Amino acid sequence: MRPSSAGEGQALPGQPARPAASGALAAAGAYWRAVSAVLWKDLAAEFRSRELLSAMLVFSLLVVLIFNFALQLDRVARENVAAGVLWVTAVFSGTLGLNRSLSQEKDRGSLDGLLLAPVDRSALYFGKMLGNWLFMLVVQAIILPVFSVLYNLPMLLPLNLVVVLLGTLGYAGVGTLLASMAVHSRSRDVMLPILLLPVAVPVLVAAVQASGGLLEQRAWDEISQWFSLLIGYDVIFIAVAFMAFDYVLEE
Amino acid sequence: MIETRALTKHFGRQPVLRGVELSVAPGEFVALMGPNGAGKTTLLRILASLARPSFGAVRVAGLNLPAEAGEVRRRLGVIAHLPLLYGDLTAEENLRFYARLYDLPNSEARLAALLERVGLAARRRDLVRTFSRGMQQRLAIARGLLHDPEVLLLDEPYTGLDPLGCALLDEVVRERSAQGRTLLMITHDVAHGFALAHRSVILARGQIAFTARRDELTPDAFARQYAAIVGG
Repeated sequence: MRPSSAGEGQALPGQPARPAASGALAAAGAYWRAVSAVLWKDLAAEFRSRELLSAMLVFSLLVVLIFNFALQLDRVARENVAAGVLWVTAVFSGTLGLNRSLSQEKDRGSLDGLLLAPVDRSALYFGKMLGNWLFMLVVQAIILPVFSVLYNLPMLLPLNLVVVLLGTLGYAGVGTLLASMAVHSRSRDVMLPILLLPVAVPVLVAAVQASGGLLEQRAWDEISQWFSLLIGYDVIFIAVAFMAFDYVLEE
Repeated sequence: MIETRALTKHFGRQPVLRGVELSVAPGEFVALMGPNGAGKTTLLRILASLARPSFGAVRVAGLNLPAEAGEVRRRLGVIAHLPLLYGDLTAEENLRFYARLYDLPNSEARLAALLERVGLAARRRDLVRTFSRGMQQRLAIARGLLHDPEVLLLDEPYTGLDPLGCALLDEVVRERSAQGRTLLMITHDVAHGFALAHRSVILARGQIAFTARRDELTPDAFARQYAAIVGG
């Protein structure tokens, strides 16, 4: 965490300052409180309005249904395309959520309120990213059983759930960064997918290959490389976003 | 407390601020006026660390911007014409959210006192989206004061307030000024701004065109000066 992070608690008039225990611990505590505040705010607001989740969910269901009826596939062909359809659905609905998450802040003027807070801006990034990730996971938690029934495939395999966790984490990680870049653009609805999809290709390829391998019951040796790739990209994307977020938000 | 030297800001090739030299002493209350497009909001956004200058030096609360932006933000409060609130949170939740971002310990008593002060204690558990524009602006005042900032920047803060709300904000800014806090307020109400602040500054075409202390001119003379600068 960078030195501009909030340090120990700020005293209000007539109140004692929070004792400066150990500097690093206090800074880490303040950093986590800022992350959790942003996450709590996004979850509480979404719980009340359900704007984001309902849009993502309806969109995902429609995509799954359209693919199901449009392709008219036999069992083998379904197994072959299922992982691709699953991740196309996750990516499109995720993009919808990422776009709204930041544009709502901008349109309602609350983005400035966040940026005025004396916290390391990476804390704002992690708060927003965790919120976006959770929203994607909630949608997947509903879509996967539907997908299993429609495609008659075991989408709820424990290892496939790990792929979903890792894939959506990477996508939300890089997506939150790029959504905060696109939010300043007038054509942000178009800009985000144009920026995001090429950058997220490695995550998507790895996720599709890992999910596909699991559904086809391939040996672990064949699919473990895709898990490694997913973990590697998640770490790299999130580290880059952590370092770049401050600059991305500058006007 | 606030100091800019040769502050210049361009948007593309368009110069918005052209070498602004502004100094606001600790405890001083300055009203910043000027026509639309003069660069007032851009200046305020730079002082609030929300935008970077193209050229020049900026110091707020004795700290350099943008190098010490994190510490500046801790000492700075902003009340703008946009309330910077979340409609899907209650009044209390909005303030609690900002208290957590500012890492204020034991903030509940402060929250309650501020809600009482701005006349929203009875509506503290209501969603902000159910508030009128004026009520949202009252809550924005509470948000801006939550961390008891040393420097308060106000950008047309009377927007949407009814006469009682305006009187409340007058009282708040006078009180902050009496407490030795530094205030810089953008306003289009020339007479009101001149009467309220210690000093009034007119910004025109990205430059400081005129500055006068309240005791140096009559309100009418200042208004004529403003009309001459803006009209010319």
